[in-house]
Amino acid sequence: MQFLSNLIGGVSLGSVYALIALGYTMVYGIARMLNFAHGDVIMVGAYIVFFTFCSGGMHPLLAILIAMAACTLLGVTIERVAYRPLREAPSLAVLITAIGVSYLLQNGALLLWSANPRAFTSVVSVSPISLFGGQLTIPGNTVINVAVCLVIMVGLTLFVNHTTPGHAMQAVSEDRGAAQLMGINVNATISLTFAIGSALAAVAGALLCSSYPMLQPTTGAMPGIKAFTAAVFGGIGSIPGALLGGILLGVIENLSKAYISTQVSDAIVFLVLIVILLIKPTGLLGKRRVVKV
Amino acid sequence: MAEMLSVKNINVYYGSIHAIKNITFHVDEGEIVTLIGANGAGKTTTMHAISGLLKLQSGEIDYCGQIINKMPAHKIIRLGLAQVPEGRRVFSGLTVQDNLMMGAYTRKDGKDAVQNDLDMVYDLLPRLKERRGQAAGTLSGGEQQMLAIGRALMCKPKMLLMDEPSMGLSPLLVKEIFQIIRDVNRQGVTVLLVEQNAKMALEVANRAYVLETGKIKMEGEATELANNIEVRKAYLGID
Repeated sequence: MQFLSNLIGGVSLGSVYALIALGYTMVYGIARMLNFAHGDVIMVGAYIVFFTFCSGGMHPLLAILIAMAACTLLGVTIERVAYRPLREAPSLAVLITAIGVSYLLQNGALLLWSANPRAFTSVVSVSPISLFGGQLTIPGNTVINVAVCLVIMVGLTLFVNHTTPGHAMQAVSEDRGAAQLMGINVNATISLTFAIGSALAAVAGALLCSSYPMLQPTTGAMPGIKAFTAAVFGGIGSIPGALLGGILLGVIENLSKAYISTQVSDAIVFLVLIVILLIKPTGLLGKRRVVKV
Repeated sequence: MAEMLSVKNINVYYGSIHAIKNITFHVDEGEIVTLIGANGAGKTTTMHAISGLLKLQSGEIDYCGQIINKMPAHKIIRLGLAQVPEGRRVFSGLTVQDNLMMGAYTRKDGKDAVQNDLDMVYDLLPRLKERRGQAAGTLSGGEQQMLAIGRALMCKPKMLLMDEPSMGLSPLLVKEIFQIIRDVNRQGVTVLLVEQNAKMALEVANRAYVLETGKIKMEGEATELANNIEVRKAYLGID
């Protein structure tokens, strides 16, 4: 029963990773860049929820909506100001810029909100579910994390596969030039991708800090890197891959913490990533992209 | 007949290569005009300059009385100037029908009109109808070429830029593709055709330009050029 509980804890953590991984994977799939500032957008989202809900006393849903709107604006602005001018630049320049934006956000948060950790109140008020006559308890956070993750995954998959803007995203992802020839505005499509990814980052930030209730300017960094790992794990560019990678990563992390060692659990996570990439370089669900000459 | 597309003294660099050197040509409404030339002559660069994927160093491109060389590619197609790109470039992960609908991305004239044109494209290219639900990546080369043509027709173009539609196709399919080009033109679409297959291109076209290392070497009526000794030697393989 203890094992089952650890497993469920892993799925819960993994659902949050999956939400963050979506932002990485969609931006990579469509703009062909790694947005390393994505983790820090989560932190900003969490702070906004903190000030509106935890200390401001707003309704949690309203607080999250405000955070989503603010993060959308932040994500789109970052893209417009920092990444768009580098659209034709070598990818290394964009990567370095993304790392720079990440530090900018962290240091900005430090300046605005100080380094003092804040105690985050959970946005979830669902009561735990008791199973097997009380032997197994599933916390309310877990229920919400998994439910939110599934709803968003299904919604996003429907959006990408069954709407015109979704098809336009796929077209830009496959062949930017041909997409332009269809009349698709590539810049607008990339902005839309950043908007969606950043709005999801706000949700992820609220859920993450509800499960791990300590918030500081570096809060987003490690989950960001792990979610990026999850995206690569599942196959970067793939939405179901982000889900699979996120959940697997969460489960591996939680089980290593429980049965091997808390200290080396992160090392184990990355070890598994290395092994998977050695066997399948494109990740679990990734497709090989044929480079056109 | 009225001049539809007018390319005036354009210079285009492809990276550091001066790919197009001061070329001038025009296409009249209703015509099929072909640019023929060997690999690397600058045919595709010219096409990309017209459709807005490449910027000009100097010169001007007029289309239906508007200067289009400063416009972004995604706006040029809204003027009814569509391109069938070299190498088809269909969206392999989308279905055949979704690819066609991507062609109609810019249209604002309502679902019925788009549905009408979808039916029209399926009439013209019945093989696409059979495969409408299939991912475009699973089509054969010939079918992908038809899809690329159908996709361009879905934007209701006044003019079609076709870049090497015969590339990599069997002789039978090449014939079929050229018949499609004739049919499309008969329905009132002006065509600018870039081809390595000079023989077929000169058969279908009204007028032709011969492009050599970024310059226009010759121009004239297609039938005239097909009988020109130099053209016959260099491009038709006839002594």
